[in-house]
Amino acid sequence: MPSQLVDKYFRAEDLPQIWCPGCGHGIITRAITVAIEQLGLEPDKVCVVSGIGCSSRAPGYLDFNTLHTTHGRALAFATGIKLANPDLKVIVIMGDGDSTAIGGNHFIHACRRNIDLTTIIFNNNIYGMTGGQYSPLTPKFDKGTTAPYGNIDRPFDICDLASGAGATYVGRGTSYHANVVTSLVKKGIMNDGFSLIEAISGCPTYYGRKNKKGGPVDMMQWQKDNAVTVTAAAKMTPEQLEGKFLIGELKNKPEPEYTKEYQKIIDNLKGSDI
Amino acid sequence: MSNKVRLMQGNEACVEGAIAAGMKFYAGYPITPSTEIAEISAERLPRIGGKFIQMEDEIAGIAAAIGASLTGAKTMTATSGPGFSLKQENIGYACIAEIPVVVVNVQRGGPSTGQPTSPAQGDMMQAKWGTHGDHPVIALCPSSVRETFDLTIRAFNLAEKYRMPVLLMMDEVIGHMREKIEIPNASEIEIVDRKRPSCPAEDYLPFKPEANLVPLMADFGAGYRYHVTGLVHDETGFPSNSTDIADKLIRRLVDKVELNKEDIITWEEENTEDADIIIFAYGCVARAAKTAIKILREKGIKVGLFRPITVWPFPEERLIELSKSVKTIIAPEMNLGQMVLEVERLCNKHTKIERLNKVNGEIIYPEEIVAKIEEVL
Ligand SMILES: Cc1ncc(C[n+]2csc(CCOP(=O)(O)OP(=O)(O)O)c2C)c(N)n1
Ligand code: SF4
Repeated sequence: MPSQLVDKYFRAEDLPQIWCPGCGHGIITRAITVAIEQLGLEPDKVCVVSGIGCSSRAPGYLDFNTLHTTHGRALAFATGIKLANPDLKVIVIMGDGDSTAIGGNHFIHACRRNIDLTTIIFNNNIYGMTGGQYSPLTPKFDKGTTAPYGNIDRPFDICDLASGAGATYVGRGTSYHANVVTSLVKKGIMNDGFSLIEAISGCPTYYGRKNKKGGPVDMMQWQKDNAVTVTAAAKMTPEQLEGKFLIGELKNKPEPEYTKEYQKIIDNLKGSDI
Repeated sequence: MSNKVRLMQGNEACVEGAIAAGMKFYAGYPITPSTEIAEISAERLPRIGGKFIQMEDEIAGIAAAIGASLTGAKTMTATSGPGFSLKQENIGYACIAEIPVVVVNVQRGGPSTGQPTSPAQGDMMQAKWGTHGDHPVIALCPSSVRETFDLTIRAFNLAEKYRMPVLLMMDEVIGHMREKIEIPNASEIEIVDRKRPSCPAEDYLPFKPEANLVPLMADFGAGYRYHVTGLVHDETGFPSNSTDIADKLIRRLVDKVELNKEDIITWEEENTEDADIIIFAYGCVARAAKTAIKILREKGIKVGLFRPITVWPFPEERLIELSKSVKTIIAPEMNLGQMVLEVERLCNKHTKIERLNKVNGEIIYPEEIVAKIEEVL
């Protein structure tokens, strides 16, 4: 299966990828291609857009229409692509810093518009590409190179942020729970509107090392031990849920999609140009 | 069908020109004095099957326009001062990723929020150097409503031909002024479309240049799957760390304009044949210069006008030639001296150069140019 996936969806000539050994980003990228495979999407009609960061290097290795944009701006570029050609299936990959710091404004507005983009945020709780500075997703008191005494910022909850801003499909997986990521991405692509999937990733090189989280395996073990499925959580007490995080589908509430609404305006105006 | 005669504002002429050129997508953020360009695009585009979107800021405006361009649409974004600053990073992106897009800047007084409703020409050097790194620049500067229509079409044509952002540097006066213009019939308008590949997808190299240094551009979704990045990349579009590839790429991007200057550069001359003095002026200031020339010629002073229409690349050769036969070049500008730096750099060996600058938010009046010329005579 892996080699078949590589043959079919990766640009083999551009491999190996640049990620560090043990980085979670590769696992999540693979999980996305499995979703595309299972949905049987036509590669010519798939467009993958990213910002800047380690995570944003993923599209370069994928054999679709791929666009590596500027830091934070992937959703704005993707909005132009989708609105100009709604036939394309547009998938957006961003890092936690990329999407919620410099790109935070584009993020909330893409959610609000409910434009049909499937966005996967590779959340490794740190700025990987630039060497381990804290991000808006770094937990309070954790360390980064720019938070040598511990981070005093409060982190976002990306899924709550997306839900509050109007995303119509929201879910969370991890690099350990790659199958969950695949199933969420599939449902996200099928949702006709803005879908946000937070994929918790591990950056052993910077976040792991700075915060004494052990190696890649320990970091995956942490994901396994602390993730609780939405169904399991329903039966747990707040005390039992302390320090845990939810995985699975967190919101699925379809609403009219942006490009379809725009098309209605065009259709209503037909024949009215002088 | 006869040509339509209409009374129109510069900003409206910009949208009409864009639509005549084939614009199908506009993304932007409102800002005085360019807002009418967004408003009229919002009204006009869906009527012709095009798309308009008001984005959350100017950075998103140009980003969406670049994204849409990749699907094959002709796209535009418009702004003024503060918004032009915000767009700079993505202007550079469109340069290195070679994506056609028209960026309009209806200039107002700066820096910062400055004088939002007043005309200025303070962004001329930003147009050239605003985004980081060495990169190609094409910037056009209209000085009438009709010319705004024509130059907007030209901006689209050049963007498509050279696969790059093209800047239309208007100013508040040109944007808001109303003039009677005759709109040409579609058959009289030259339209250029980007060259697309026709080879089998497996043979397509998205960044391999043709003889004119411009690579063929496939639409996203058309069956040529390729990678686009703002990193230095090889001919497949994949990022590269090769110093050789970097050198070749940056030089080619700049040479697309440098080696095709003759095709790109245009200017206007008036009364230069016998002139002792030349007024170097562009945009709305060139209008005052024309009136000043009339007044001065009546007094027997031989004054002419040199007006760059393409401000970048700069019409160097012709200006150097002219400077050899005149006593003085006067450069009135609504800034503290920007394009005059080019004039000085090129012509100070041959002639005397005088500046006339205004940054109080007022236009430069013909009488001020007349007075300056009489003073230096
Ligand atoms: C405008 C701009 N500012 C800063 C940077 C530097 N930069 C590159 S990637 C990055 C952060 C990446 O972190 P994240 O988005 O969390 O992704 P990761 O690398 O961890 O996958 C920064 C700050 C940049 N490229 N552009
Ligand atoms: S620095 Fe961190 S995020 Fe980047 S590739 Fe290495 S492990 Fe992955």
